[in-house]
Amino acid sequence: MKPTDTSNPDYFHKVVDCQWACPAHTDVPLYIRLIAQGKFGEAYLENRKSNVFPAILGRVCDRPCEPACRRGRVEEKPVAICRLKRVAADNRGDISEHLPKPPVAENGKKIALIGCGCASLAVANDLRPMGYSVTIFEALPATGGLMRTNIPRFRLPPEVLDEEIQTILDTGVDLKLNHPIESMKALLDSKEFDAVFVGTGAPRGKNLEIPGRYDSDRIHIGIEWLESVAFEHIETIGERVLIIGVGNTAMDCCRTSLRLGAKDVKVMARKPRGFFKASDWELEDAEEENVEILVNHSPKSFVIEDGKLTGMTFELMEYQVDDNGRIDRGTVVGETVIPCDDVILAIGQDNAFPWIERDIGIEFDQWDCPVVDEKTMMCGRDGVFFGGDAAFGPKNIIWAVAHGHEAAISIHRYCQGLDIEDRPPRGVTLSSQKMGMHEWSYSNYYEGAERRIMPHVDLKERFKNLDIEVELGFTAEQVAKEVERCLNCDIQTVFTDKLCIECDACLDVCPVDCLTITENGEEADLRTRLRAPAPNHEQALYVSGELPHTRRVMVKDEDLCVHCGLCAERCPTGAWDMQRSAIRLPYASDESESAATDTAA
Amino acid sequence: MSYIPKPKVTHPRAARNALGLTSRDYEGAVSTLCAGCGHDSVTAAIVQSVFELDVEPHKLAKMSGIGCSSKTPAYFVSQSHGFNSVHGRMPSVTTGAYAANADLMYIGVSGDGDSLSIGVGQFVHAIRRNLNMCYIIENNGVYGLTKGQFSASADIGSKPKKGLPNQQEPIDPVSTAISLGASYVARSFSGDKEQLVPLIKGALLHPGFALVDVISPCVTFNDHEGSTKSYEHTRQFYHHVTDIDYIPPAKEIVAEYDKGAVMPVELHDGSRILLRKVDDRYDPTSRAAAFKYLREHFNAGEITTGLLYFDEQRKEMHELMGNVEVPFAELPLDSLRPPSGELQNILSKYR
Repeated sequence: MKPTDTSNPDYFHKVVDCQWACPAHTDVPLYIRLIAQGKFGEAYLENRKSNVFPAILGRVCDRPCEPACRRGRVEEKPVAICRLKRVAADNRGDISEHLPKPPVAENGKKIALIGCGCASLAVANDLRPMGYSVTIFEALPATGGLMRTNIPRFRLPPEVLDEEIQTILDTGVDLKLNHPIESMKALLDSKEFDAVFVGTGAPRGKNLEIPGRYDSDRIHIGIEWLESVAFEHIETIGERVLIIGVGNTAMDCCRTSLRLGAKDVKVMARKPRGFFKASDWELEDAEEENVEILVNHSPKSFVIEDGKLTGMTFELMEYQVDDNGRIDRGTVVGETVIPCDDVILAIGQDNAFPWIERDIGIEFDQWDCPVVDEKTMMCGRDGVFFGGDAAFGPKNIIWAVAHGHEAAISIHRYCQGLDIEDRPPRGVTLSSQKMGMHEWSYSNYYEGAERRIMPHVDLKERFKNLDIEVELGFTAEQVAKEVERCLNCDIQTVFTDKLCIECDACLDVCPVDCLTITENGEEADLRTRLRAPAPNHEQALYVSGELPHTRRVMVKDEDLCVHCGLCAERCPTGAWDMQRSAIRLPYASDESESAATDTAA
Repeated sequence: MSYIPKPKVTHPRAARNALGLTSRDYEGAVSTLCAGCGHDSVTAAIVQSVFELDVEPHKLAKMSGIGCSSKTPAYFVSQSHGFNSVHGRMPSVTTGAYAANADLMYIGVSGDGDSLSIGVGQFVHAIRRNLNMCYIIENNGVYGLTKGQFSASADIGSKPKKGLPNQQEPIDPVSTAISLGASYVARSFSGDKEQLVPLIKGALLHPGFALVDVISPCVTFNDHEGSTKSYEHTRQFYHHVTDIDYIPPAKEIVAEYDKGAVMPVELHDGSRILLRKVDDRYDPTSRAAAFKYLREHFNAGEITTGLLYFDEQRKEMHELMGNVEVPFAELPLDSLRPPSGELQNILSKYR
């Protein structure tokens, strides 16, 4: 193999699995270290830089970082990254002076953001302080979009939501509530705005067209029902509730039902466990509340007696799973009727753009999704951008934020007459963390503790009303342990081949045998010759140039490195060093600074 | 030296031996030697050897004297027996221990100072007795613990960090051991575990005195230009004459080999070692030939490594003395100690 090119910003970025997996690339190890040092405000701001809504996301993020966390490969459970974010938010103190401020001067450009959800707010967050005049049009009487209407209050208290949204609005955003955009054409024709961003989400819950669907008013569509609950249009539900579908919306529906008076809530899954769409932790939280999940039940029809919903008929399914873990379509092996008073359909959601005319240059694909460039977030019509669920179908909040940042860069470049394809590059800065003979600027001690368990409000207490936040947040003792579980993957092992005397000290001391000195070869061959098996091809091999004494190479399998720094501590020549890789991500605001410098120069 | 202990986390797919242990289970305390010390690599090679041989930790006794080398038994197999003796007296203490309990596997770790200066008399007599042990000399040519004076193994002309080059003849433990009739004599290098680990495994299983002289550079006091025991010098003049492969009991020798170049040797437990000649002019079964070869190559400035002399016929200490098979430590007192009447019988013979 050729020597690894560590100057490519992506190389070390990938080693920081959590940051790489995060759509917004939050610098997780950095903020966890800040929490460990008690610098909660700084940890919050570090989060805010990339993900804009730390307090919200610290409660309800889909946390793609956690399944990616290296700790989950070294032992069973990843670091509780998401809930540590909440720790930073809960303890942040007064950081108001560091939050975005209204611009000193307007730049004369006007931007329309449609929908006041996370995507539009992220765009506003980036562009308003730069001097753009930002108007947000929201159809509903409240801000937040899905975060307010679809996420129940017992998971995300409205105060938390309001506070972080207000921060953005306070920079001088023109917010127009109860102001649905009925015609995109009219908006564009008005030429009132220099650019338009669509962040309207995926607002249409999927229906289930089976017999009896329209014969009762006790059959609800999940996201609509949650919205009605959020706006207090619905305050009760029957005693026996069936939830159809087993995604995260289903989890919110079943848990909300319990708080509106349901006594017996069943989640009906068509497939077996392991094929559920809901995140493991959301399933756990629902099951803790005694929600029953019935597998292999495929909905067949609604049972209506005397115009009243009394139950639902299901086909009992059996599935074959092949060696690759793929499941077949299943065979029907029986039928059963399960009695109920209400049914909530939570089987997914679709995009819907009845307000966008199809002849104004915005192209739609066969699923009625707009055709949007994944890099620039612009659609076929110049100056119209999409983000969040509106762009590529339902994803999650953190993806919407990431889209918002990208769209902000594009909108800025578009409005300044720059090429939007020409994106500012990512960068990486490496800095040694050595402080002394055996001293590093980070805690390299390996904390063997298992993942801390989030304390919850007592099961009896929490159903009293919809507003009781179930998760209490980590205690100080839990935080102290959990932060130490982070492996500091951003503190990279950096190797300088010409300094190596091949004493083997690093190989001998590595606790997970991830280092090998051997003859060079092709990757497939090298992987078979390492000191420990390296079957995880998603994790790179870090290969050095030829070593001075024997012309062999140093190979590091990045997969399980715990970043303890012992290789560097044991290295007599400093060939190994522990260096922090700070990934530089471009934001719209950097562009304005560079533009300003250019002009000044 | 490190300030944090080696993390107690193991590769989730780490190999396990017949006892279900990983190599991590054979580690000891954190090393307090200098970063880059060859001795730490020898320690790692010992860990790997006993792990691969499925040694039960409580069946191992690790013996040492004084010096950087003699600290190292603390760094492997924490759960074994051990004795850290007076300077240079490790062979006598091991003799006593082996006399009392022949059931344990003995590994002595010594250095060029401990074995070739203060303890040279002990060293040679352990060889004469053919004590059944693996005797490792971590040989770096200097007294590291007292800041780098030349030891008895320093070569003529080798330069110190400061001061004049060495003028005195070195003692070569390998030639010394062969001349004294040691039955397993090997030399290796801390930087070559592929060679070192099989040599240590063979030495541990060899029924008799097995010497492994390991060039183990002192990274602090003897790893500079002009030193003949530095990493760079050793690599440059490394002359590898034989290889051994260890074949555990009941495992067939599957590889085909050329009879002239490969010598299979059966060990008492049914395991075998395959002795492969890298240089076919070398005959490790002839003392005279080995001597000649070693001397010639030494004069040419080369460091000859591999299994250099091997004699499977020589009897080890207990066999030579005709002792019972049961370890003395397990014999009841009345059979170990003759009754007082018996003493009178013996004495009466001399009257």
